[in-house]
Amino acid sequence: MGIEHNSNGGSKAKPAGSSLAATSLKIVGALLFAAFVLIVVPMLINGAERWDLYYTLTSVALLSIASAGVWLTFYIGRINIGQAAYALIGGYVSAILVVDYGVSFWWTLPLAGLTCAAISIFVGLPILRLRGVYFAMVTLVFTEVAKMAALALPITHGASGIANIPLPGALEIFGLTLIPDFNTLENSRYAFYILSVTLMLLCYFMMYRLVNSRMGRLCYSLQQNEELASSIGVNITYLRLVAYAISSFLGGIGGAIFAAISQSVYPSSFAVADSINFMLNCFLGGLGYVLGPMLGTFVLYFGWDWLFQTGKYQLLIFSSVLIALMLILPNGLLSIRLWGKKS
Amino acid sequence: MSDILSIENLTRRFGGLYAVNDVSFTVKENEILSVIGPNGAGKSTLFKLISSFLKPTSGRVMLQGEKISGLAPHIVARKGVVRTFQETTIFRNMTVRENVIIAHHLQSEASLFGYFAGSANARRDVQKFGQSADEILTLLNLESVAYEMASNLPHGSLRALGIAIGLATNARVLLLDEPFAGMNHEETMRTVNMVQGVRDRGVTVLLVEHDMAAVMKISDRIVVLNFGEKIAEGTATEIQNDERVIEAYLGIEDESIGL
Repeated sequence: MGIEHNSNGGSKAKPAGSSLAATSLKIVGALLFAAFVLIVVPMLINGAERWDLYYTLTSVALLSIASAGVWLTFYIGRINIGQAAYALIGGYVSAILVVDYGVSFWWTLPLAGLTCAAISIFVGLPILRLRGVYFAMVTLVFTEVAKMAALALPITHGASGIANIPLPGALEIFGLTLIPDFNTLENSRYAFYILSVTLMLLCYFMMYRLVNSRMGRLCYSLQQNEELASSIGVNITYLRLVAYAISSFLGGIGGAIFAAISQSVYPSSFAVADSINFMLNCFLGGLGYVLGPMLGTFVLYFGWDWLFQTGKYQLLIFSSVLIALMLILPNGLLSIRLWGKKS
Repeated sequence: MSDILSIENLTRRFGGLYAVNDVSFTVKENEILSVIGPNGAGKSTLFKLISSFLKPTSGRVMLQGEKISGLAPHIVARKGVVRTFQETTIFRNMTVRENVIIAHHLQSEASLFGYFAGSANARRDVQKFGQSADEILTLLNLESVAYEMASNLPHGSLRALGIAIGLATNARVLLLDEPFAGMNHEETMRTVNMVQGVRDRGVTVLLVEHDMAAVMKISDRIVVLNFGEKIAEGTATEIQNDERVIEAYLGIEDESIGL
């Protein structure tokens, strides 16, 4: 499962030609997908009266935002098992500001992301020099450190965490209500669903742009060969920090909304297992594809839930299938599509 | 021709071993200067010191009167001294053309965010780099493999790609680490022409090489290292007749076995 393996995804290896048609096809596809998740899915859920699916799909959307961050660190050639730390920090920043300082949730959301980005710069400055398993180990420990810090610091209310976080209020700008108060809504689950899915779409749109811009190419060059990147004049320290900060920002955003939905945050809200899951989501979907983590999160989350009926064999089957998938499809689920094209 | 690079009393010690010991020489603008020497003579260390991938224990490297030793490698590259690698170090999972395009980094006018947002500068950069990459690929006869994955290239084309990457940086001084290693005669001659083509574009070329025939053919001047020390400097003819060089290469005991 070397990072080097995830070949040509995201890169445009074809000579110029039908690129205009391809671009418009992509735009149409993206719009159709947006319409599907924002309109069709809620209609289906309402029709089937499966309200619980809102919560499940919201979770998938939020986890896939955090996973997108992990994916970006993979893209610069770093195995990141520390995203749960940033999700936890994001959750706490939002919760503390809302509960203890009465700040509107809508302001705490970007603040949570920015706090995580700022922390990631301090953390990343020393550790981003490390490569491979060493970086992975340090980030893994960082997840545990974040949990310990949440237990120990007075501001986080220790082991009892922060419960009874109020639902997000209205977002008003110049007296114009952009988002209604979630308390007044009949179905706050639906509102959270729309919020999370919208952010997910936005996040992946940005990631797509980033990866396909020259900035993405530069990130990819780091994954391929940092020494060479440095010798052609790329400031690798700076670029690594930028990518890691974006990654952590996304982790913080995901965590903050999670805290708002569950209306609580505890030191154990995000643990090492979550960090590992974020990473697995990327592996499963495909490290070479921007949309990989989104698909990976969806499949992993629903796969795990679906296997619940197998009782005590759940974990055994789940892990066996994952191992098999990684052996058969080392470049992730999305690589199936490319095979189809070639043959 | 004025001096572009001057290496002044450069020393690098690894523990008790002097990999490079008090080496001084100058590189003139637009010349091809080769550094030769037996295995372990300190050639590669010297290159790493010049490109600032290693810091010298003492001494310094000056680029037109400005000290560049001790700076970060990407800053040195920005100032115009670019190193290609001994191994065929390339971006393996990118196409040949992408490799060359990405190497134009130093000429970018847009910021990272500009590239992300697609600013006017960024679009101009992207277009300019594409054109320039195509020119370089044509110059080095790589246009037929432009859209191949770099990892699929044969050995000879990989070297050419390494040189293409160096060219794309628009370096003033290009450090080529063993550009002819592992090549047959024909490939070597083709690469010799390439390197001369690079020089004709106004680039100063400094190269480390084992292939004596190629070195003698291509170099304006040659510096010889042995056990980390400079033992000779001069034109190809001067070097070929230098006793210390012959001694270093053939060894003194050769006399005793009748060579």
